[in-house]
Amino acid sequence: MKAVITVVGVDRTGIIAAVSNIMAENQVNILTINQVILDNIFNMAMIVDLENSAVDLNGLQQLLKEKGDQLGVEIRAQNMEIFNAMHRIG
Amino acid sequence: MLTIHDILETNQMIQKNNLDVRTITMGISLLDCCSSDGKTLCRNIYDKITRYGEHLVQTGNDIGNEFGVPIINKRVAVTPISIVAACSDLTDYVSVAQTLDKAAKEIGIDFIGGFSALVERGYTEGDRKLLASIPEALATTDLVCSSVAVGSTKAGINMDAVAEMGRIFKTLGELTKEHDALGCAKLVVFSNPVEDNPFMAGAFHGVTQGDSCVSVGVSGPGVVKRALESVKGEPFDVVAETIKKTAFKITRVGQLVAQEASRRLNVPFGIIDLSLAPTPAVGDSVAAILEEMGLESCGACGTTAALALLNDAVKKGGLMASSRVGGLSGAFIPVSEDKGMIEAVERGSLSLEKLEAMTCVCSVGLDMIAVPGDTSAATISAIIADEAAIGMINNKTTAVRVIPVPGKTVGDVVEFGGLLGHAPIIAVNTFRNDEFIARGGRIPAPMRSLTN
Repeated sequence: MKAVITVVGVDRTGIIAAVSNIMAENQVNILTINQVILDNIFNMAMIVDLENSAVDLNGLQQLLKEKGDQLGVEIRAQNMEIFNAMHRIG
Repeated sequence: MLTIHDILETNQMIQKNNLDVRTITMGISLLDCCSSDGKTLCRNIYDKITRYGEHLVQTGNDIGNEFGVPIINKRVAVTPISIVAACSDLTDYVSVAQTLDKAAKEIGIDFIGGFSALVERGYTEGDRKLLASIPEALATTDLVCSSVAVGSTKAGINMDAVAEMGRIFKTLGELTKEHDALGCAKLVVFSNPVEDNPFMAGAFHGVTQGDSCVSVGVSGPGVVKRALESVKGEPFDVVAETIKKTAFKITRVGQLVAQEASRRLNVPFGIIDLSLAPTPAVGDSVAAILEEMGLESCGACGTTAALALLNDAVKKGGLMASSRVGGLSGAFIPVSEDKGMIEAVERGSLSLEKLEAMTCVCSVGLDMIAVPGDTSAATISAIIADEAAIGMINNKTTAVRVIPVPGKTVGDVVEFGGLLGHAPIIAVNTFRNDEFIARGGRIPAPMRSLTN
């Protein structure tokens, strides 16, 4: 399954590193990373592949939530299909 | 390839604009539960609902978590009980309603619909017993919803049933007066009912359906309102186009959720209902969409035209996004469930008469409207007759869910809580209609040509 990780919050050093670390520790393969600052808010979207990962989406959501609480940002992980359904035809 | 802006747009819809899936509703046929013995009938019903619906709530929650979109309600709709219980030895159907309630609680769903009868052309013995059981059934259960169809374009209007429904609303209001007549919020009267509606209180699993299916009702008034904020002052062509695109996106989410629910529950996909369903939450209002089009307050002249455009554009956008569309599919205007509607009534811009006009161009009808406790049964029946006539002539579903609140009058407010919201009591025309309703009989089905 492919998932989209989004991070929204106040920009600070080490956010991408922290999220990437969690992926590496759990054998989650990162496919793309994008980031943009909108209205002074840091937004990051990462597409990952959980095919050979050590955790399922539920477990990953848990880990990311804990990390987000530590960093003071909101981190979500969602099945990528919801974004494809809304924005891609075919 | 997805862009970060696509991703952020979706999550903004969910997190800031209240995009959600209002309900996953599992339809379950109870035709194979029939028994001449009432106790066996109830046991069969309980067993089938709890067996089929066992994983419904968990599956809904799992899908919601995985895709990150809230799925607010999980519901079950069953075959109209007046048919299922007709061959039983029961003298009333209160025990069947209580069985439905118990089964619903066992599987953890939010509502169960189908304590229903279809009496457009007349009563069977089962219909008679069901209608007589409605007040006690709804007063003694928590999750059971009831609907009665009194008219249709093909059948005309059964005015005996219309008269009886006015009395039933009054009795039910009295029986549940400790809770501001909350029982009436679980009862709806239809003209041209649909057999695949996932929304309450009117959901039932029609006899033309298969054994079971899952249908999904999407929501998202807040998302449409937000989209229109970006086209302020633009012509209506742009407004319509913007709504269509937004409805398409909303419905694609509904379709995805429905497909997943169908696959995981191993139950056929039924339909997507394209209705825009508001909630009392800030930013989740259909009235606010109409106001965004340029009306000072919902109910102002122009409201019916605005609603007509909205309703049509939602359908056009949604149709393309789903493999099968059905149910009610239109904008809902339930007063107590829509913050903008509540405020419009409070500031005097929205009246019962204007709401009736609005139901000519949208789905579904006079919905969640609290009326004074001294409104007579005949007047409630007459409101039902007017609304049924609009449905009959315009070949569309219309419904009435009014709440006569004992001891309350215009200016008072009733609080139902949760998704049902709160409602200011709305003024009702007080001229009498007793002799009109006392006539009974049938209003004949209308002709379908010379339609002016």
